Amino acid sequence: MTSAKRIDQTLFVVLFSAVVGVLSGCSSGVEGLGNREGSLAGESGRQCVKPRDEIRRDHMELIKHQRDETVRKGIRASDHKLASCIECHVRHDDDEGQPVPVNAPGQFCASCHQYAAVGLACFQCHATVPTDDVPHAPATASHGLQGDVIAQEKGTEQ
Amino acid sequence: MNKRSDQIQIEQVDSSRRSFIGAAVGTSAAVLAPGVVIHALADGQPRAEAVTAKVRWGMMVDANKCAGDCTACVDACDTENGIDLMHKPEGQSDEKFVQQKPSWMRKVKLKDNLTGRQSSLPMLCQHCEYPPCVDVCPTGASFRRADGIVLVDRHDCIGCRYCMMACPYHARSFLHDTVTVKPTRAPRGKGCVESCNFCVHRLDNGETTTACQDACAKDGHKAIVFGDLNDPQSPVSQALKDQPNRQIRADLQLNTGVRYSGV
Repeated sequence: MTSAKRIDQTLFVVLFSAVVGVLSGCSSGVEGLGNREGSLAGESGRQCVKPRDEIRRDHMELIKHQRDETVRKGIRASDHKLASCIECHVRHDDDEGQPVPVNAPGQFCASCHQYAAVGLACFQCHATVPTDDVPHAPATASHGLQGDVIAQEKGTEQ
Repeated sequence: MNKRSDQIQIEQVDSSRRSFIGAAVGTSAAVLAPGVVIHALADGQPRAEAVTAKVRWGMMVDANKCAGDCTACVDACDTENGIDLMHKPEGQSDEKFVQQKPSWMRKVKLKDNLTGRQSSLPMLCQHCEYPPCVDVCPTGASFRRADGIVLVDRHDCIGCRYCMMACPYHARSFLHDTVTVKPTRAPRGKGCVESCNFCVHRLDNGETTTACQDACAKDGHKAIVFGDLNDPQSPVSQALKDQPNRQIRADLQLNTGVRYSGV
């Protein structure tokens, strides 16, 4: 084998390992996703239903399982309700205290989903802010939302 | 007929095995039976156990009590399920918006051509025991729950609208436009089919009335009675027993959960 070819091969191996090493180092730094302006931390101060790494990895499975339980079997008493996630993680507009839709850019869902380039179909149907008909809504109450968010949309008092 | 059936060998029954199985079943039944009783749904509490066929939700509508011009039930249904939050998209004609607007409950005016008698009745999903919409659904999104409610699982619905064609009561609606504001209790979105679900979000959270029933009672007509058809003491069962009533399109033999009186 010529020495030039040998050098090329060595160079390739070195560069390849460097790239692989950098990338694998990056994947363990998924932690970085959680530090965007605190948008992932819930405002209510409650603990998430699962540890952070588990919920990041498994939240889709939990949601998919729960939706069948709720729709097909009518089970509503659960830790894994989508409404509970929204209730806890929705952030409020500082100016007026209005809840910001949870799938808006920079908000709870988008902060990971934009990075991962995974589409979000949930909110085509599901509400993006808590509405007052959710059985337990301490987060919204503490932020002084007057009445039903939907009533506000309509401009009427509820 | 198959002649081999004459040659079936009859095994000697093992009586000791039989008694063991009987004892095992008896013991487990004794252990489980108290639990079965305890898991009855407490009032006002979100359901924690799967629905069973113990309850069959149904309704009786009395057309005699239904006031012709009143739309309280329709308005209540629209409010409860977020239908009143839908607005005409820009550039769409009024006519098209009205035609395509979903309606889970609507008032139907009937006139007897011979006598001229007019009556009005609310028409909604009949929650049939043998629903044609369930038969035709290609994905299984349209399904009948154990407690008798027929509804669409929008996670599985592909919007083919076969169920809309199959329904004899025109109960199903298709969502043509993006839903921008939706209540948490009633998720609904573009591209799926929907219909009355007997306010399932209320029932699963421990309530026992529907929005239409409440509105009709509040307006003083009390034409709609909703409840458990399997419970002979429930108001709806009593009403069905007391008054002559019938299914609309009884010839289809669907055994509907909604019965009409005075029609």
